[in-house]
Amino acid sequence: MQNLHELTAQETIKKIRNKETTAEESVQSVFDRINKFEGKVKAYVTLVEETALKKAKLIDRKISEGKTVGRLAGVPIAIKDAICTQGIPTTCSSRMLENFVPPYNAEVIERINQEDGIIIGKTNMDEFAMGSSTETSYFGPTHNPWNLSRVPGGSSGGSAACISSSEAILSLGTDTGGSIRCPASYCSIVGLKPTYGLVSRYGLIAYANSLEQIGPMAKNVYDCALFLSVIAGHDSKDSTSVNEAQKDYTKFVKDTVEGIKIGVPKEFFGEGTNQAIEKQVWKSIHKLEELGASYEETSLPTLEQSLATYYIIAMSEASSNLARFDGIRYGYRVDKDQGDWTTIYSQDRRIGFGAEVRRRIILGTYALSTGYYSKYYLKALKIRTLIRNNFEKAFKKFDVIIGPTMPFPPFKIGEKIEDPLALYMSDVDTVSANLAGLPAISIPCGFTNGLPIGMQILAPLLREDLILQVAYTFEHNTDFKNQKPSIE
Amino acid sequence: MKRIHVSKKDVEHVATLAHIELTEQEKTLFTEQFNDILEYFKKIDAIDTNGIEPTYHVLDLSNVSRTDETKPSLSTEEALMNAPKKEKKFLKAPRIV
Repeated sequence: MQNLHELTAQETIKKIRNKETTAEESVQSVFDRINKFEGKVKAYVTLVEETALKKAKLIDRKISEGKTVGRLAGVPIAIKDAICTQGIPTTCSSRMLENFVPPYNAEVIERINQEDGIIIGKTNMDEFAMGSSTETSYFGPTHNPWNLSRVPGGSSGGSAACISSSEAILSLGTDTGGSIRCPASYCSIVGLKPTYGLVSRYGLIAYANSLEQIGPMAKNVYDCALFLSVIAGHDSKDSTSVNEAQKDYTKFVKDTVEGIKIGVPKEFFGEGTNQAIEKQVWKSIHKLEELGASYEETSLPTLEQSLATYYIIAMSEASSNLARFDGIRYGYRVDKDQGDWTTIYSQDRRIGFGAEVRRRIILGTYALSTGYYSKYYLKALKIRTLIRNNFEKAFKKFDVIIGPTMPFPPFKIGEKIEDPLALYMSDVDTVSANLAGLPAISIPCGFTNGLPIGMQILAPLLREDLILQVAYTFEHNTDFKNQKPSIE
Repeated sequence: MKRIHVSKKDVEHVATLAHIELTEQEKTLFTEQFNDILEYFKKIDAIDTNGIEPTYHVLDLSNVSRTDETKPSLSTEEALMNAPKKEKKFLKAPRIV
């Protein structure tokens, strides 16, 4: 018999509803798995076994009493530690928030609770989501289940690693410049960054609010669609929430790409792209062609500028957002009563924030300062307009745009961390979706030397349906979703 | 030769504006790293942006407001529960003047 932790969310829900198993057994199976492998993978910052089991028993009782249960009934779910969970520490993997316990839930958490999903823990991440490797976490790096000496990608590295190692069945990540898609690619799972504004950011600890989105991470495309159906839809508590009604995204999970037109921008295969990745992504595009889609090579010239544009905007927004961490209402505070506000504030922030967070705040402050505002920040915002326009033009011709998620395979822990710019280069293919607000997914599409490769699919605003359809068709007609790491 | 965009003194100044204390060693390291990063940012100079409007965010939404009605919010205890220093019903801040 298959172990319960190996099941998808769809299978888990079905078995629990049919009384073939219970929510308690499912949660217990995942915690047994965690006890066995978490010491090697280090995907979690906090685990809440007791409350998870208690919740599972409540759901089991509802089922035995014949009451209706929610769409995620009994599914063990991991949450990135940037998303506020009432009564459960939420650290952003930062010393600044090491002791922070939110007095309220993020909107996405309320929606998971309403649908009877079971939160089992909070996952490790790059500090304040600033990184592409989960190495900037104050609590130490997460390890890639496919090769423990390699990074799992980031910043939602814990949320991807725990799915790949079967230490959770679904997880939530956040994506500001690729932070869901990068680790999804590196851990060979499915990760979707929804259209900007589709999922409420209420209760998400902000890094760069004009760019970031919460999104689902899962073992396959169906689970990803199911989870999206629960968390998407308008929320009046988020002023950037789009007026989109809730809908069932699983109905777009269908096996056909007949008539789908794919655009393949040559800039996605630019200098520095690993050859094995280039080859495998092309092979995947040809597979989609064989299944009924057509493709054409194209060019999106502003992709060349998107990485610099992204970092200028993200750092500028970060410098403003993270000003709230003053050690007064919450966060790290030096233990001294003497000294003026400026001195204490500056010391709290030296000790509370790690090097990468300080780098981005200071560079962002520079990009916004007198004399440099137009040269950097304003200029970047204007290029952002051009990037949007170019995508708009491309989508007049194509239904979806496809390329690699990452330019190179998962690198060794410690390999790039001393060189910030080299690490920033990891995001070269993912940031443009955030700048333009577009939905984008990463799905498994192969391996090179035993390390996963991800394919990225982008679609026009609010066309998650197209992404899910193309992703599912590829997944259904290939075998990558069935390949699991043997953690050793 | 690498172009110098910022000096150590500039970095010190901006760090002060950002209210982040840096050690001497960090000032040197950050100056070097910032120069590499700012050199890379020069890529954006290649694009002519004359007459282009900036995009602050991608949605056609502005000034979303709700009706002015009182709704439940955090209690004093909840609002204070994460404060590192507090006294009675108040947050305790460092001396400002």
